[in-house]
Amino acid sequence: MTAQTSVVERGGWWRTIPTESLWRNLGLVGVLVVLFVIGAIIRPDLYGDSDWVVNNMLVILQQAAAIGVVTVGVTFVIIGGGIDLSVGALIALAGVWSTTLATQSYGAGGMIFAAIAVGTIAGALNGLLIAYGRLVPFIATLAMLVAARGLAAQISGKQTQVSGNQFINGIATTRVAGIPMLVIILAVAAALGWVLLNRTTFGRRTVAIGSNAEAARLAGINVRRHTLLLYALSGLCCGIGAIMLTSLATSAQAAAAELYELDAIAAAIIGGTLLSGGRGTIVGSMFGVIVFSAITNLFAIANLPTEVQNMVKGGIIVLAVLIQQIRFRSLTALFRKP
Amino acid sequence: MSETVLELDGVVKEFPGVRALDGVHLQVRAGEVHCLLGQNGAGKSTLIKVLAGVHKPDAGTVTWQGSPVSFANPQAAMKAGIATIYQELDLVDHLSVAENVFLGQEPSRFGFVHRRTAASRTRTVLQRLGHPEIPVHRLVEALPSAGKQIVSMARALSHEAKLIIMDEPSAVLAHDEVANLFRIIRELTAEGIAVVYISHRLEEIREIGDRVTVLKDGRTSAVDLPARTTPTRDLVSKMTGRSIEYVFPPREGTPGEVLLQVSGLSRAQEFHDVSFTVRTGEIVGIAGLVGSGRSELLETVYGARTPESGTVSFAGRNLPAGSVAAAVRAGLGLAPEERKSQALLLAEPVYRNITLTTFGRYAHGGFTDAGREQAEASRIADALELRPRDVRRPAGTLSGGNQQKVVVGRWLLGDTRLLLLDEPTRGVDVGARAELYQVIRDLARRGVGVLLVSSEVPEVLGLADRVLVMREGRLIKQAPAGELTEDDVLDLVMAGSLSPTSS
Repeated sequence: MTAQTSVVERGGWWRTIPTESLWRNLGLVGVLVVLFVIGAIIRPDLYGDSDWVVNNMLVILQQAAAIGVVTVGVTFVIIGGGIDLSVGALIALAGVWSTTLATQSYGAGGMIFAAIAVGTIAGALNGLLIAYGRLVPFIATLAMLVAARGLAAQISGKQTQVSGNQFINGIATTRVAGIPMLVIILAVAAALGWVLLNRTTFGRRTVAIGSNAEAARLAGINVRRHTLLLYALSGLCCGIGAIMLTSLATSAQAAAAELYELDAIAAAIIGGTLLSGGRGTIVGSMFGVIVFSAITNLFAIANLPTEVQNMVKGGIIVLAVLIQQIRFRSLTALFRKP
Repeated sequence: MSETVLELDGVVKEFPGVRALDGVHLQVRAGEVHCLLGQNGAGKSTLIKVLAGVHKPDAGTVTWQGSPVSFANPQAAMKAGIATIYQELDLVDHLSVAENVFLGQEPSRFGFVHRRTAASRTRTVLQRLGHPEIPVHRLVEALPSAGKQIVSMARALSHEAKLIIMDEPSAVLAHDEVANLFRIIRELTAEGIAVVYISHRLEEIREIGDRVTVLKDGRTSAVDLPARTTPTRDLVSKMTGRSIEYVFPPREGTPGEVLLQVSGLSRAQEFHDVSFTVRTGEIVGIAGLVGSGRSELLETVYGARTPESGTVSFAGRNLPAGSVAAAVRAGLGLAPEERKSQALLLAEPVYRNITLTTFGRYAHGGFTDAGREQAEASRIADALELRPRDVRRPAGTLSGGNQQKVVVGRWLLGDTRLLLLDEPTRGVDVGARAELYQVIRDLARRGVGVLLVSSEVPEVLGLADRVLVMREGRLIKQAPAGELTEDDVLDLVMAGSLSPTSS
């Protein structure tokens, strides 16, 4: 039957597009291997101990956990054609809000609810301004960044708010089958994000809107409502990230999660998310986060200053985007009708 | 006989997996309009890009004004005197007319742009093009399509081009603007400038062209045919290998009850007090110039624009103003004017483009069903004879005609009861056109109402049961297609621009 043959027609050069992200992910794995080798050369004493190596890998993942969850949300926003600069500030706000004495009096459930609600509502406010107030995403979320940090400082009186809740504080120290709880939370968030992006109508709408918002609108997709939901999702991830950070530090403060927005965006980009929208993968973003975390870890092990570390991170972002552009250019050349 | 300015011999250009040009010959003389004919995918665009210095040929020779050349980049071609006006005009929207005209070659003094010189020289060029009314300091984005094209041409002239390549310049123009374009072309050729003219419209080639070169599958299938005297049948058969012309399938069935009722619809500056109906199984065609308000009217009916007054009633119920989602739910579908920017996700697979409005229906509890989507899309691909058939290919890799099939095919899934088509055959080759006409007629036979906008009067007359003529935002005539001739419609459409009192 002809309908069947067209579905299972043999592959051609365009088959390379799904593997495009595979190559990139392999490249990021390669970077991780290189970082590992450098570590082994610098500190053969540590890397000789296999228990230490396994534990260090878990430390790398644990350090990546909170920013990783936030990056899932940011990846959705970018694929949907937007940008969210407010995630660091929303984490701080959600963290401070959920650790006030009043909130803490409701127990762990109240704190978690407060963090997630504050994050989601602030994210939805971003979405409202962008989708219905027609603000440029850059401006709207920049304003939110400033305002949310301000509100967080106001609530906390610029004091560090210590969490007295044993359940919350215990999350970061709990291990299940040897794996830190925070890493499990990240894995679950990434898995849910992957399913949401690749297997649901929500994900399909996200890609459609990021690829061509006007075409999506004229196809009957409610672009505004979906845009609102994307920023709310990003805010939700910030709420979860806030709990994770509070648990790690057993406290929250208005200056927490500084520059997380840049780390999250950079991770998404080196993971292959197009800043112009329409294309990106959760797996790539997670690799991006882990690479950054591994660099931080390596510098700590080697006792090198963070200044150098930031320069290396900057270099990696530039390199990743350069590679992306070269590959993308060759790809668009093929797309173009001869 | 004038001298040959440009000669291509055995030019080959390969891309991974495709030999876009496979031995092309072309000879252009000074002061002639040399027409390039060919179906989508025949290699016209690649050939233009070779001439414009965008692509380098893999084999063959390009001789320009007597000496072999190989342009390293578009700037080199431009410097040598070859200017290209692309179909998608390459102007910078946020710069002024004068800045666009002198983009990259700004007259300057001590490194500062000499704005007054640029402005006055732009005025001179615009004057020469017969459009002194275009304000040189206006931003290009504020100009209509025709105005943008004039600016592109002004840029070519400012470079003192000896050869101007025009890629489907009439595609964005209405009838009277085409006449002006032809006047400009005649003036250019009178000065000895050669023009390579690409168009799908044979009647234009007859009117403006001197000689025709036909491309087919990357090869030259005919050279130097006389443009005015070569029979259409010959030209078409050189392009296609078959001899078909514009074939409209026979009308079948009779329209049923009223499906769409538009009453007193108005939007300031766009259209005023428009009322009409479309019945089930009826094809209604709107004829009008660009800027007559026809596309805006279609988008307003569809909910993509909010009317200032009037109502759109569909199957007896008023549609909420300005809601595309509600219109789609009610059973309306739109194939918009600009395929690439308004309809397609170019990097996404064809099947996702076809199911863009229906993927939610195939989903189970929010989870998409890619297998079902591919099967449904393949069914549509088969019905529309999409080429290539593979629905997992990115939509951007298809030719214009096949992209249009994807856009129309989207509405064949689901329960579309009224299809709005805005310039459905723009940039679509002859073969794919005939197929699209067949699809539109089939839809009408199945009881779908069709509202069609087209700049090509024969298409409106040949396809529609009833014709609405729009001029300057008003509906000035409604009549069965059989009662109108092409001349009647053109008279009505253009009356405003020729003799304002006749309305």
